[in-house]
Amino acid sequence: MDDILQILRDNGTLLLVGQYPHGPLGGLAITLLLSLFGILLAFPFSVGIALARISPFCWLRWSATALIYVVRGVPLVMFIFWVYFFVPLLIGQTVTGFTTMLVTLVIYESAYLAEIIRAGIQGLPRGQFEASRAVGLSYLQTMFKVLLPQALYNMVPAIISQFVSSIKETSLGYVISVNELTFAASQINSTLLTKPFQVFFILAAIYFVLCLILTQLARIVERRIAERRNGSRVTPAKPVTMSRATI
Amino acid sequence: MTRPAPSQYPMISFKKVNKWYGEYHALKEITADVERGEVLVVCGPSGSGKSTLIRTVNRLEEIQGGRIEFDAQDVHSPALDLNTFRSHVGFVFQSFNLFPHLSVVDNIMLAPINALKQKKVEAKGRALELLDRVGLAAKAEAYPGQLSGGQQQRVAIARALAMSPPAMLFDEPTSALDPEMVGEVLQVMKGLARDGMTMICVTHEMNFAREVADQIWFMDEGSIVETGKPEEFFTTPQSDRARKFLSELRSH
Repeated sequence: MDDILQILRDNGTLLLVGQYPHGPLGGLAITLLLSLFGILLAFPFSVGIALARISPFCWLRWSATALIYVVRGVPLVMFIFWVYFFVPLLIGQTVTGFTTMLVTLVIYESAYLAEIIRAGIQGLPRGQFEASRAVGLSYLQTMFKVLLPQALYNMVPAIISQFVSSIKETSLGYVISVNELTFAASQINSTLLTKPFQVFFILAAIYFVLCLILTQLARIVERRIAERRNGSRVTPAKPVTMSRATI
Repeated sequence: MTRPAPSQYPMISFKKVNKWYGEYHALKEITADVERGEVLVVCGPSGSGKSTLIRTVNRLEEIQGGRIEFDAQDVHSPALDLNTFRSHVGFVFQSFNLFPHLSVVDNIMLAPINALKQKKVEAKGRALELLDRVGLAAKAEAYPGQLSGGQQQRVAIARALAMSPPAMLFDEPTSALDPEMVGEVLQVMKGLARDGMTMICVTHEMNFAREVADQIWFMDEGSIVETGKPEEFFTTPQSDRARKFLSELRSH
């Protein structure tokens, strides 16, 4: 226990922010930035892929389905290598580990989020789609004004869970030397040499606490959503008396 | 394009309409007209094709044969601008289908703003006016989940009216309601009928039919078996099937 506290005292800032402000930002800060930007940038793509996946045009539907199957059927590390070796060839210049990891995460998260969003849309009652079309809204207006707002709201807990996964996935950035939390921990480990158990215990604890907080947040949000849906039905609204004249 | 004067053609016209769900023949050779300002009640046992019939009018269901004209427009023509067309047909669902993420007034304004490109102020003014008409002015900022079934259905009627449709279709508007709420919805519908709205109502509310309908179609097994004025239909039904249907309805 003393060892752990000692390691934290000596290397706490390295774990939290890397060498910042004297060097590049790293540690937990990079882990959070990667997962946050990863999911934010993936979001618009995932909406597009989800809409393509349920589109009335079969060529769109098939390409989106193929994309999702490929991404979900290949390990993340493989994607990291592909992006690592191919993106520099593609754009003709070297890219940082951070960018490589971010690009990889965006591709990966897009596919997973797309499936969450698709499930959200398809889980809505058919009557919502019909009512929206019946008042004269177009297919896309129906999607963006009626179905997506409800689907995304219902899917907030699932989206937070996906965010939790993406935090853990950033640790794979280690293999291409992205300066994130796992990388920082292994740096500390190679300096100390004799205390791998303590160092990796700290690392595991940080991931665990972070993910636990977010998972709890997802549960609270989930309960809120359930309450908002059911609570309104439990208390029936007072009927308003109507005079003939008002009709 | 010159059209004949409105009075010269019916509001809605079915000509030899046929619909199949796979092997199942859901609508058989439906031929009939609904005149302007007329209130038509369609009744019949469940599974007789009543709901399917009115859903073909705004093309929520496709047809495989025949022709439906709404205001002299061929409804199932591939050239039809479906969104514009649908904005002219008011449709009220059995299950209300209000948009739960929008307040009552936003539910009503959504289509006028997005489909008719009305200004927000204008759309809101009209929405509040319609809410007043259905007796729910006080509920403008409430969410659908906070309203009773009857209130939700009245909002759904206001939402349909916001597009100023020349005709309204009601698909069993009171069937999902608790008995004590049926009256408030029927009141609104009677008000519309008095104002001269062309209406097709699929309903089991026979008192409403007797009081308000100009014409009754009795459907069974995908065909219109009998048509007539309410008085004739209720007192002297011509077909055995209608007699059976009415006696079963009365025994409840």
